Amino acid sequence: MSGFGALLRRDLRLALRQGSDTATVLAFFVIAVSLFPFGVGAERETLAAIAAGILWVAALLAAMLSLDRLFQADYEDGTLDYLLAAPAAPTLLVMAKALAHWLTTGLPLVILSPLLALLLNLPQKAYPALIAGLALGTPILTLIGAIGAALVLGARRGGVLLSLLILPLYIPILIFGVGAVEAAATGQGFRVHLLLLGAMLLGALALAPFVAAVALRQAAE
Amino acid sequence: MDGIGKFLEMGGYAAYVWPALGLTVLVLAGLLVASVKSVRRREAELARLEAEAGRGDEG
Amino acid sequence: MSARLHALANPARFGRFARRALPWTAWLAALCIGAGLVWGVFIAPPGAPPPEGQGETVRIIYVHVPSAWMSLFVYACVAAASAGALIWRHPLGHIVARAASPVGACFALLTLATGSLWGAKMWGAWWVWDARLTSVLILFFLYLGHIALTHAFDDPARGARAAAILALVGVVNLPIIKFSVDWWNTLHQPASIIRRDGPAIDAQMLAPLFLMIFGFTFYFFTVLLLRARAELAALRTRALKLRMLAA
Repeated sequence: MSGFGALLRRDLRLALRQGSDTATVLAFFVIAVSLFPFGVGAERETLAAIAAGILWVAALLAAMLSLDRLFQADYEDGTLDYLLAAPAAPTLLVMAKALAHWLTTGLPLVILSPLLALLLNLPQKAYPALIAGLALGTPILTLIGAIGAALVLGARRGGVLLSLLILPLYIPILIFGVGAVEAAATGQGFRVHLLLLGAMLLGALALAPFVAAVALRQAAE
Repeated sequence: MDGIGKFLEMGGYAAYVWPALGLTVLVLAGLLVASVKSVRRREAELARLEAEAGRGDEG
Repeated sequence: MSARLHALANPARFGRFARRALPWTAWLAALCIGAGLVWGVFIAPPGAPPPEGQGETVRIIYVHVPSAWMSLFVYACVAAASAGALIWRHPLGHIVARAASPVGACFALLTLATGSLWGAKMWGAWWVWDARLTSVLILFFLYLGHIALTHAFDDPARGARAAAILALVGVVNLPIIKFSVDWWNTLHQPASIIRRDGPAIDAQMLAPLFLMIFGFTFYFFTVLLLRARAELAALRTRALKLRMLAA
């Protein structure tokens, strides 16, 4: 467990020192969302109707932007071989890296989302569903993305390839995330959506680190 | 003649039924031809290389 | 069973097996597809005339349903072959997965195209976000990812291993994707569209339909054997070239 903590601290320190990943992801999120009024028109009703979809799709793409570098730097400078040879289980290594990634990109997205929802005129009563959905959904994005990031290590055009691999797998999260917001906006309960997202998060937590660890080991072979 | 024409019309849906059948046959036949060609090409290349390697070993 | 499967791992033995099996699968495929097409297109009765029935468009089902079945069956084959390669280190697994994946993508594409042609008349639109068609579209994306990852590395062995892991991740996710798409589809059903439930199958259509399904399955095995032979030859060519370079 101390290995886990050390890795987490190291990744967080690196991210904080550079600080560019968080800023880039957030900037992408804001810019992508603010493009939509130009595309679909600035009528308040139109925007309110599609706000949930826009926010979720933008969050999904923004989270993916930084994923291809999740293991890339460690893979290139050989740290990964060293980390895989260390006594700490590779699954814990993936968990630590995924947690650091979520804390530096997913969490800021969740915090920023109400502000962007304001720009898109999302009905007030849908805010809890949006924030809770994103809080449950973005860790799943990171966990599934970790598998993809491990698979494309050393591949040609890894970044584009990564989106091709994991975007189809993101569709269920998108469906239930947007579904929660829409249910809340129309005054229905959104508990079922959140429960399903929570179940997917548990499933991803149980399986994804293991699969990503297998993928990392075959990449380092 | 009239019977055949009527059959080909597919009750007015000729523009949907025939393309669907034709496209399927075309894609399946194309994939088969491509696969046969690639087997021939690759096995021929392998045979050529093996013959070359065999000569190299003797010489 | 596993001992016999491992015997096939020997490339020469697999080559002999493929040569002996190929005429059988090829003739069975030709026979079933030929008979199924003649029966389905010329002999079987059309559906009831619209708007109650689907009229002659019902004949599209004879190619649409087998394609849809194959796109799922081939993905299951890719996943099983990948599991064999990853867990039991069966050397043929990677070759089969690599050979099968593009065939599955073709079947998924055919499902989408024929479904679109069927829907153009019955739904009045070339594309409708129907639950089943949408699921096949996502399956097509999964195939594309698998094919792209297989070919993304300079070392084919790396690509094969990564793609095998991806195939297993995909097969675990498929039921979740199917469930979520069905859920989404029931929520967003526009009321104006006449038939949303896809083609209805009459009892008289079953015999030719099953002939076509068997025919497509044998066709897949034929093409798979051919492509696996090609992949094996390519692998051995590569190994030979590397050895000649080293010498």
